[in-house]
Amino acid sequence: MDLNQLLAIKEKELASRKPYTLRVCTAAGCLSAGSDQVKKQLERAVAEAGLSEQVEVRCVGCLRLCCQGPLVHVDPVNELYQKVGPETAPALLERVRGGAPPLEKGDLQHPFFTRQFSIVLANSGVVDPERIESYIAADGYRALHDAVIEMEPREVIQAVMASGLRGRGGAGFPTGLKWSTVAKSGGARKYVVCNADEGDPGAFMDRSVLESDPHSVLEGMAIAAYAVGAEQGFIYVRAEYPLAIRRLRMAIEQARRLGILGSGIFGSPLNFNVELRIGAGAFVCGEETALMASIEGRRGTPRPRPPFPAESGLWGCPTLINNVETFANVPAILRNGAEWFASIGTEKSKGTKVFALAGRVKNTGLIEVPMGTTLRTIVEEMGGGAPGGARIKAVQTGGPSGGCVPAELMDVEVDYESLTRLGSIMGSGGMIVMDETTDMVDVARFFMEFCKDESCGKCIPCRAGTVQMYGLLTKILEGRATARDLATLEELCDMVKHTSLCGLGQTAPNPVLSTLRFFRHEYERRLRPERHVASAVQPVTG
Amino acid sequence: MAALTLTIDGKPVSAPAGTTVLEAAQDAGIRIPTLCHLEGVYDVGACRLCLVEVAGSNKLLPACTTQIAEGMEVWTDTDRLRKYRRMTLELLFAERNHVCSVCVSNGNCELQALAWEAGMDHVRYPYQHPQLEVDQTHPLFGMDHNRCILCTRCVRVCWHIEGAGTKNVAGRGADCRIITDLNQPWGESDSCTNCGKCVMACPTGALYYKGVTTGEMVRDRSKLEFIVTAREQKQWIA
Amino acid sequence: MDRLKLATVWLGGCSGCHMSFLDLDEFLLELGQRVDVVYSPLVDAKEYPEGVDVCLIEGAVANTDHLELLERIRRCTRVLVSFGDCAVTGNVTAMRNVLGPKNAELVLQRAYLECAQDNPMLPRAEGIVPALLPKVVPVHEVVPVEHYLPGCPPPADRIRAVLEALLEGRAPALEGPQLKFG
Repeated sequence: MDLNQLLAIKEKELASRKPYTLRVCTAAGCLSAGSDQVKKQLERAVAEAGLSEQVEVRCVGCLRLCCQGPLVHVDPVNELYQKVGPETAPALLERVRGGAPPLEKGDLQHPFFTRQFSIVLANSGVVDPERIESYIAADGYRALHDAVIEMEPREVIQAVMASGLRGRGGAGFPTGLKWSTVAKSGGARKYVVCNADEGDPGAFMDRSVLESDPHSVLEGMAIAAYAVGAEQGFIYVRAEYPLAIRRLRMAIEQARRLGILGSGIFGSPLNFNVELRIGAGAFVCGEETALMASIEGRRGTPRPRPPFPAESGLWGCPTLINNVETFANVPAILRNGAEWFASIGTEKSKGTKVFALAGRVKNTGLIEVPMGTTLRTIVEEMGGGAPGGARIKAVQTGGPSGGCVPAELMDVEVDYESLTRLGSIMGSGGMIVMDETTDMVDVARFFMEFCKDESCGKCIPCRAGTVQMYGLLTKILEGRATARDLATLEELCDMVKHTSLCGLGQTAPNPVLSTLRFFRHEYERRLRPERHVASAVQPVTG
Repeated sequence: MAALTLTIDGKPVSAPAGTTVLEAAQDAGIRIPTLCHLEGVYDVGACRLCLVEVAGSNKLLPACTTQIAEGMEVWTDTDRLRKYRRMTLELLFAERNHVCSVCVSNGNCELQALAWEAGMDHVRYPYQHPQLEVDQTHPLFGMDHNRCILCTRCVRVCWHIEGAGTKNVAGRGADCRIITDLNQPWGESDSCTNCGKCVMACPTGALYYKGVTTGEMVRDRSKLEFIVTAREQKQWIA
Repeated sequence: MDRLKLATVWLGGCSGCHMSFLDLDEFLLELGQRVDVVYSPLVDAKEYPEGVDVCLIEGAVANTDHLELLERIRRCTRVLVSFGDCAVTGNVTAMRNVLGPKNAELVLQRAYLECAQDNPMLPRAEGIVPALLPKVVPVHEVVPVEHYLPGCPPPADRIRAVLEALLEGRAPALEGPQLKFG
């Protein structure tokens, strides 16, 4: 495969485009609402109406407004139809004939759409994730080609560094620096690993990228492999994402067949193969050292760091581990330039972030916004506020490792540092809106229960501490706790945070600490007075 | 190997590069409490009792897996560390059913000794009282899960000193169990060589010789030491 | 000179701690000079009095009588000492907890029905035989406690160290092996 062949595929694909395209979302959300049937009915209707030369029915990835699925986007008129059912779908052909289909239209001028800035999701809802040709027609794999043919590995790393890209899995570690460390680590063999374990409750960003544009991740990984000197890649994807797994498998197979994965990619010295490794239901395997243990076939428990994976990872070899979204940013960075990427976002947090907006908000779905967008813009403008006009109370970010930002502080610009200052974290992108009906102590207990159930059990503070913290939160919720119990809970939070072996335990107390910081009254009003008080003074007799 | 100098509790210490903080401290006669550490098997940093404060780091580091660095300033016995150690031990006692008065290792138990050293006069957390089994199917040894602290010393010894690979950990979180082979009764194990190293390695009364009663379980760790020294230093010690 | 008003009780315990107390031997004579034993299984007192200075509490809290007495003890006493492992940790008395939420029924059935040779019958006498609590707990899970005296039983010298401290108006400071459970 060389550039000419790549461009030929692109041309051929574009030439085969028809005047009308009906893009049907077949990502998990719309699929669960029956969009596969919608697509089938549309294809049948097109054939029956003899419109096969005019109309392409294309299966695409996420069209963003998941709460209104199944979604169908009609080109070139640029209209979005929502809640399309298999029986009503054929009516869409009215639009092709110039009429007005009796179907619900989505408002593409609503801030939910207009405020989005798609880099990671640029192809999502546009390309067919099951056809590599569709990806190539959108300039897919061009960045990989240019990297291996026209750039040195260190130039690739420089570009990623200059872009300011930071790890999108939650920690926000500078990606270029990580790549540079792996590149500089000695060793004949190195690995590239994509963390697609996405375990946070309510998070579906990575799932959407994998289902909608799997090739962007493969391309990002291949560019990384070239940059750091690796020849083998693994994508560790959770078993609960069967559609993502299927599309990844197809993508890998199609890329291999075209020689875009394998030996001598684009005729360069780069050899790179990608294999999938499927998880088995453990949240802790999203932690990088546990993930690597799992790939090695061992029990998925973390180990102390240092040494870090960049030095010693899979089978002791230098290993680059990045999140799905991080890799998905790379092709765009190389295509459009590091300065372009660095011009988006804030001073310390460049680029965009994908969020899974959920909870008590009208418009639940997938959004990608520039870093620095305020929470208020996201929740009130884009999200449309809470249903029924209820008052928003807080926004939870970062899943079980994160915290709640109270409504009064929603003008915070979303970036790594400002969320951390408020006691939360950016996390992987889960964003849950809570209104006045939400019980914040219950929220804290929900996340603690999750951490307790997912704790690997290796270290005592997490294994035994989450059990005790969960017990205390239950006691508080049930009105049986005293001020002393609350003090015990806070003490335990401090200890578990500072003594746990891995991030799961270290961040398990965060939802408690965060809700205590901003909603302490919800805890305190549930406390009952002490029935007895111990003596402060010793007896002085005898 | 280059020798590095560092200070531990204000005391200057020197040790070869590649040594762990725990090893350097032990060589200098400074005691850091440990539970999952066992001389001769690799360290896992699981019990968190050996956490130390290191100047310049806002994280507490496990002495058993942290390598020394030139000029490192280590503090092993601060108020904060003592508080955390005591809480860790209390969490352990509350987690399973550790009834010292009727335990075979009463008086000869590392967990018990660490508790009184740490000044633990009571456990402030509610006892969980899980229902756990006692496996007496093996002809020579017994396993009482009520007393297990999941230090995994038995697992590491079985895999890395005996090489049998009989003991393993199954489950997750508080549901973790030490299992034999494919979670079978110990007496039915195909891989167990009856060497007893796991019993020697166990810090509590979880693994014991059948026939001992309360307080009678005494271990001879020197046998493990003997094998490890033979292997690593190619020396027979008398 | 005011004598220290001392009380001792055994709740869900075997009285072994009290036997160990009696092992104080000659010190008991000295103790007799310095304290008034106002309530104890060892003396004839019917009701727990008010204004007690120190109470040594042996045994875990296992039935409704223990609970009632303990509440009264806390109200009427300045310093509580959890005396022995049952009071400090639950110990053997609390071992029935592992049988789950129905553990009280299960142990009664086993003892009085399954293992009975003649006349199997659950003991029942309203107002006389107290009900078993669904969970046996150490004393400090019911009322706050000032000091802990672990051991099963605590050896006499350990008991003496605590009593001497309290008599001198100091907080007992057990440390090291003196804190050993079991």
